[in-house]
Amino acid sequence: MSGPSTYEPKYAAAKWMDQRLPIIRMGADFMTFPSPRNLNYWYTFGGILALCLVVQILSGVILAMHYVADVDKAFASVQRIRRDVPFGWLLQSMHAVGASMFFLAVYMHMFRGLYYGSYKAPREVIWILGCAIYLVMMATAFLGYTLPWGQMSFWGATVITGFFSAVPIVGESLQQWLLGGYAVDNATLQRFFALHYLLPFVIAALVGLHVWALHHVGQNNPIGISEKTESDTLSFHPFYTVKDAFAIAVFLVIFAVFLFYLPDALGHADNYIEADAMKTPPHIVPEWYFLPFYAILRAVPDKLAGILLMLGAIIVLFILPWLDTHKVRSMRFRPVARWFFLIFIVFCFILGWCGAGVPDDVAIKLGSKMVDGVKVDSGITFYRLGQVATIYYFAYFLIILPVLGLVEKPIKRPDSITKAVLGDGKRGAALAPAE
Amino acid sequence: MAFKTSKNLILSAILAVASVSGMAFAAGGGVYGDYKMKHPDWSFNGAFGTYDRAAAQRGYQVYREVCAACHSLKYVAFRHLGDEGAPFYLEDFPNPSDNPYVKNFAADWQVADIDSETGDVIERTGIAADYFPQPFPNDAAARASNGGSLPPDLSSMVKARSGGADYLYNLLISYDTPKPDSVELTPGLHWNPVMDGGKIAMAAPLSDELVTYEPTETMYNGELKLVDPPVATVEQMASDLTQFLAWTADPKLEQRKGVGLMTIVYLLILSLLLFLSYKRVWRNVKH
Repeated sequence: MSGPSTYEPKYAAAKWMDQRLPIIRMGADFMTFPSPRNLNYWYTFGGILALCLVVQILSGVILAMHYVADVDKAFASVQRIRRDVPFGWLLQSMHAVGASMFFLAVYMHMFRGLYYGSYKAPREVIWILGCAIYLVMMATAFLGYTLPWGQMSFWGATVITGFFSAVPIVGESLQQWLLGGYAVDNATLQRFFALHYLLPFVIAALVGLHVWALHHVGQNNPIGISEKTESDTLSFHPFYTVKDAFAIAVFLVIFAVFLFYLPDALGHADNYIEADAMKTPPHIVPEWYFLPFYAILRAVPDKLAGILLMLGAIIVLFILPWLDTHKVRSMRFRPVARWFFLIFIVFCFILGWCGAGVPDDVAIKLGSKMVDGVKVDSGITFYRLGQVATIYYFAYFLIILPVLGLVEKPIKRPDSITKAVLGDGKRGAALAPAE
Repeated sequence: MAFKTSKNLILSAILAVASVSGMAFAAGGGVYGDYKMKHPDWSFNGAFGTYDRAAAQRGYQVYREVCAACHSLKYVAFRHLGDEGAPFYLEDFPNPSDNPYVKNFAADWQVADIDSETGDVIERTGIAADYFPQPFPNDAAARASNGGSLPPDLSSMVKARSGGADYLYNLLISYDTPKPDSVELTPGLHWNPVMDGGKIAMAAPLSDELVTYEPTETMYNGELKLVDPPVATVEQMASDLTQFLAWTADPKLEQRKGVGLMTIVYLLILSLLLFLSYKRVWRNVKH
């Protein structure tokens, strides 16, 4: 839906530039990009995510000016940032809370895409690029969490890099190559810092491709029916710039509440203790945004199998466009799939809950029993619940969606966005703004 | 349709908050035995909470006279005590190095240094720029003097334990609760219901009247006033020390909440204006 460019340079200088590097044209076309007129608030997370990336890069670059990537000085340098650097407390919290906000927005964005079928033809490449962005985001967040060199930083890094040792034959060499030694140490910290600084720019490049592809094929919309006529669309500016701006401001209120009043609510107290290789914390848990994958990792007793499952949980996202073969995009018109989707969301939350819990603890209490004369709760443990949720997670992508693609009967869909907006019978209502 | 869009907005906002706060699990300290955690209404709790200056000043005295024998405070400098939002901040001394309290406290400590003339290791009187000296030259020496246990640094203690200020306060006041038989202590360990497993290497550090509180001087309407100190009970000292260590862990708390309030008011007004702009731009557009 990119269509021919409508930009006409007004000034001589703009004309001169347009003939040499049509960058003003690019910006103008971006702003007048025809967007479906029925996009709802779930479609504002793209803009919110762009802002998150900018916030992380700007705060991160300034933090890097004060941070010292050295095992003896890293923790103290973060303390210095929080205590002595002017507004360092703000920047450091903004970067740490900002990571959580970034993931919050990306999960919303992904659920939106899953519900409205935004991964289906012709948007497979947009979706795959999005999955790649998510994957690099996870890597960046993990690397960044190591840098403050607290107890959870160190032990989280030890656990995650330990995954690589499970690779058959080359595992241990691979792990040592990644760590730059036999354990997480100074070499590890320095390379993690270098990579943590690099990857956000990889994300920025991928975002560029993601948006390019989006502008080539056009945006999906809540009814999943492609734009057919001009009346189906609105110019991106001012209609969606103002709507996105409002959504961004609301998002920033939530961000500010966490940043200023609950800066530690999303973190872990152990990370205020300097890393100690001789002392393992009682429970090593990742940040909240990794908890569902952590639960999948722990759903099977075998280490390698767990890691493969966890990887598989992300790989299924990449191949989703070919797993869901149903021709209708939006689940608004798929009465069966939408219920399975809602259950899928519930299980994602359950996976997060299981990731936070101790596997052998009782998650759902069903009664109590006597063990060695002591009354203890009995019921479904986090381990079992995590297994059930893991099965549903994979079943949703590998069984439910492919089968529904063959058998599900969609309900009646409107012919076009315009008809969906106006209803079939009504006529004469203004579609375009009065002026 | 207007109803539908706002429903979507509210739904996404609720889901946003729910997913974050739902995942922000509070591990919660494992309280042992029958001890019930006390949750004092700290002055620094809540959106507008600030530190209780007089209490934090007394807390400094407790740290200086009791805790400092074993526990370091290595990320805190004397000058920090006179910063804005700090227990000994004085409006007349915006530069904390000039603050008379800060100068006196620093002078109260001996700091290791190198003599620039001879290169010898010397001890000199502390100055405002110095960090709190550590009680032991290294971790091994600290362990050797404490039965093999390392007394943790207290700079960020209130943030470094789940439960925060309540955890620290309860740990300090709960030594005298009756010990259940299931907890077996080995030599060098003490019973404490707030500690994981009910065992702690630190012996009860506080006892009634352990420190003698001085009347505190407070600047009030430009005049110095003397405030009578409370009785130094264990609870009082624990509470005062918690105030002081809450400040060392989060010295920018008051600044943070102040900036936060202005930011959120600004963002709410901005949101309202943007919402009205949105309504105006879309007023004749069916969607």
